[in-house]
Amino acid sequence: MNGTGRKDRREPLIHLSKRDIISPWKAWGIRGIAMFLGLVVCGIAAFLLIEKLQQNPGKIGDFYYTFIRGSFSTSRKLWKFLKNTAILLCISLALTPAFRMRFWNTGGEGQTLVGVLASIAVAFYFGGKIPEWLLLILMLAAALMAGAVWGVIPALFKAKWGTNETLFTLMMNYVATYLVSYFLVVWVPNGSSSLGKLKFGKLPQIYNEHLLIILIVLLLTGGLFVYLNYTKHGYEISVVGESVRTAKYIGINERKVIIRTMILSGALCGLAGYLIAAGADQTVTTNSAGGQGFTGILVAWLGKFNPLMMILTSALIQLLNQGAGQISQDFSVNNSLPNVIVGIVLFFIIGSEFFIHYEIHFRGSGEKKAKGGRLK
Amino acid sequence: MKKIIALVLALVLCLTAAASLADGIAKENIKMGIITLHDEQSTYDKNFIDSAKRAAANLGLSEDQVIIVSGIPESDECRQKALDLADEGCNIIFADSFGHEDFLIEAAKEYPEVTFAHATGTKAHTEGQANFHNAFASIYEGRYLAGVAAGLKLNELKEAGKLKGDVPMMGYVGAFTYAEVISGYTSFYLGAKSVCPDVIMKVQFTGSWYDEMAEKSAAEALINAGADLISQHADSMGAPTACESAGIPNVSYNGSTVDACPNTFIVASKIDWAPYFEYLVNQTIAGEAIDTDWTGTIATGSVVLTDVNEAAAAAGTVEKIAEVKAALEDGSVKVFDTAKEGFITKDGAALTSYMADVDTDAAFTPDTEVVADGYFHESEYRSAPYFDIQIDGIELLNSAF
Repeated sequence: MNGTGRKDRREPLIHLSKRDIISPWKAWGIRGIAMFLGLVVCGIAAFLLIEKLQQNPGKIGDFYYTFIRGSFSTSRKLWKFLKNTAILLCISLALTPAFRMRFWNTGGEGQTLVGVLASIAVAFYFGGKIPEWLLLILMLAAALMAGAVWGVIPALFKAKWGTNETLFTLMMNYVATYLVSYFLVVWVPNGSSSLGKLKFGKLPQIYNEHLLIILIVLLLTGGLFVYLNYTKHGYEISVVGESVRTAKYIGINERKVIIRTMILSGALCGLAGYLIAAGADQTVTTNSAGGQGFTGILVAWLGKFNPLMMILTSALIQLLNQGAGQISQDFSVNNSLPNVIVGIVLFFIIGSEFFIHYEIHFRGSGEKKAKGGRLK
Repeated sequence: MKKIIALVLALVLCLTAAASLADGIAKENIKMGIITLHDEQSTYDKNFIDSAKRAAANLGLSEDQVIIVSGIPESDECRQKALDLADEGCNIIFADSFGHEDFLIEAAKEYPEVTFAHATGTKAHTEGQANFHNAFASIYEGRYLAGVAAGLKLNELKEAGKLKGDVPMMGYVGAFTYAEVISGYTSFYLGAKSVCPDVIMKVQFTGSWYDEMAEKSAAEALINAGADLISQHADSMGAPTACESAGIPNVSYNGSTVDACPNTFIVASKIDWAPYFEYLVNQTIAGEAIDTDWTGTIATGSVVLTDVNEAAAAAGTVEKIAEVKAALEDGSVKVFDTAKEGFITKDGAALTSYMADVDTDAAFTPDTEVVADGYFHESEYRSAPYFDIQIDGIELLNSAF
C-alpha cells in the first residue's frame, strides 16, 4: 500500500470493516460477480496454458461450453453427474453435524474408506453363500458400524483427554488407507493387490443403476435438515458449537453430544462408503474414497452447513470436476491443468465470502464516521 | 410356410451382419479412446500415451481420432469413462492398468460392436467376451538384454576393484510380489548372470505401482545394503534419481531417464505399445478379428531397448546387446533356460516342471504345465506373464506385498 505519501492523514488508503448485516440479494450478487470474475480469469489462464487455444483463439467459447458438456451432453453423463453429486453430498452431509458443533472432522476420507472396506469385506466373505438381500443388509450394517467406529475414536479421545480432533481424524485417514492395503494383500494371493470386481453385493436398480443412490441421498438430506434444525439433538449440537460453557450451564452433557454426533457423522460417511461399494465399484482400492472426504469439507463450508444449500454447492463442485475432465480430454492437456482452472474458480467463490462479511472503504470515498471500523 | 420365411429372413440378417463385420471401418471413421491410470508424470502411463501418439502419426490418423483420457482410477469410473468414449463414437477403446480389466469387460458387454483392448490383463481368454482382448509383450526378453548390460557393468566394476562387497550385487526395486514383477526381475537377473555368473540380487518391494518417495527410499536402502547397481520395476523417477545422487549405475524401465540421470543411466528396456495400437487400428479397418491374447515381441518391435548411455555403460555393451538380441530372435538363446546347468535353480535343484496359474480363477489354482523342451514358456499360453518362481541367487528383502 502506498499510504505513506501524505503524512498529514493517518487514514490508510483502504480499510475494511465488518458488515453488520447484508441482504441476501446483495450477498448472492457478490457471489455471482465473484463466480463470473473467476470464470473470466480461468479463461485467461486457460488461454495462456492451453496450446490448442492459442492456435485457435476462437475456441474460447468451446472452452466454456466444455464445462457444460462434461455433465450434460449425454444422458449417461447427466446421470453420472447426479450420482457423483449425490455421493459427494452424502459425505458432506455426514461431516455437517460435526462441523456444526465445531468439531473439525477432517477424517471423512478415512471414515468413507472404511465404509467401503467393511462392505466389500462382507461381500468378499459371504457373497454367494447367503441371499443377496441379506448380504446387502449386512454390508450396510458393516459399513455404518465401521464408519461410526472410525468417527468415534477421535471423539472419545477428545471427550476424555481433550486431544486435537483435526489432527486425530486426519491421521485416521492414513490408518484407513493402510488397512485397505493390508486387506488387499490378504485377499489377493497372486500379489497384484487388485481385488477386481466382486460378483455379489450390488444394489438393486430402480429405473437405472444411479437413481436409487440419488433417492437415498435426497432422503438423507431432508432427514438431516430436520434433525439439525427441528430436534433436541440438533439444538444441542448448535449450543455445543456456539459455546461449551453455555451448554454446560443449561445442563447439556457436552461429551455425550460430541460422542453421539461423531458416531452419526462417521456412520453417515460409512453410508457413503456403502453407496460407493454396493452402488458402483463392487471393489475396494486405497483410492476408493477418491479425495471426496476432503472435497466434502469444502462443500459443507460453502453450503454454510445447511443441507439444502449443500445440494447446490456439491452440484457446483461436481460440475466443475466433470467439466475439468472433459477439458483435459477435448483439448488434450494434462489432467492437472483443468484442476488449476477449477482451483481458480473456487478461489474466487471462497474469496467472495470475505467481501460478504467485510466492507471495503477507500480513502476519501464518502463521509467516514469517526470510528468507521477496525482493520482486521 | 411362416417358419420358412422366418428362417430365410434370419439367415439374410445373419449374412448381412457378417458382411458388415467383414467390411471393416474406413480409416477416417476410426476413433480410438485410450484410458490411462495416471498421467505423463508416471513413466508407465507416459509410455502408453507416447506410444498412442506415435501410432497415430505412423497410421496418419488426425489428432481428433485418438482421444486420451488420463487419471482414471481402477473403479466404476473406468467403466463409465469407457462407455462415454463409446457414446462419443470410439470404435476402439483401450485401458492401460491391470485393475481396469473387470470394469472394461463390463463396458464391453454393453457395447458389443466396439473393440475393447486391455494391457496386462489376464481374463480375455477365459471370459468369452468376443470384443474384449488382452495384450502384453515378451518384455522378459527386453529385461534379459538390459540384464546383460548390467552384468557387463558389474564385470567392469569387478575388474577395476570397485565392487562394494566380495561378489557383485544388484538391487531391484519392485512394486508387488506379482508375476509381472517377478518375471521381470528374474529375467533381468538371468541376463546379468549370463555374462557375470557370480552375481546376486536383492529385491525390495514398495507395495505400490507409483510411489516416488517409497521407490526412492527403497533404492537408497538397497544402495546402503551394498548394491553395486540398481534396476526397478515401479513407475516413478524415485529409483533413478536416488541412483544419480548416490552415483550408482541404474538400468531403467519404461523409457530413458538419461536426461535426469546423465552419469548413472545405462540403458532401459520398455514395451513399445505403438505396434499394438497400429495392429488394433489396421485389423479394425480391414474388418479382421483381433487376437484374444496378443503378445508383442522383439520381432514385432514391441520390446525395445533405449540407446545405451556410453558415459555410464561398460565398453562393448552395444555390441554384446546386439549379439544376444540376435540370438534371442533366432531362438538359440532362451531367457528362462531350464536346461542350462546351474542357470535356473530353486533350492539348489534344477527346474523341470512347473504348474502356473494361467486361467485366473478366484482361488488362483495352478492349471497349466509351462516347463517343456528345456525352457519355461513365458507369455505363450496367455499374453500376461505368469513366471512367479523365487529362484536361487535372488533374495527378497520384504515380501509382504
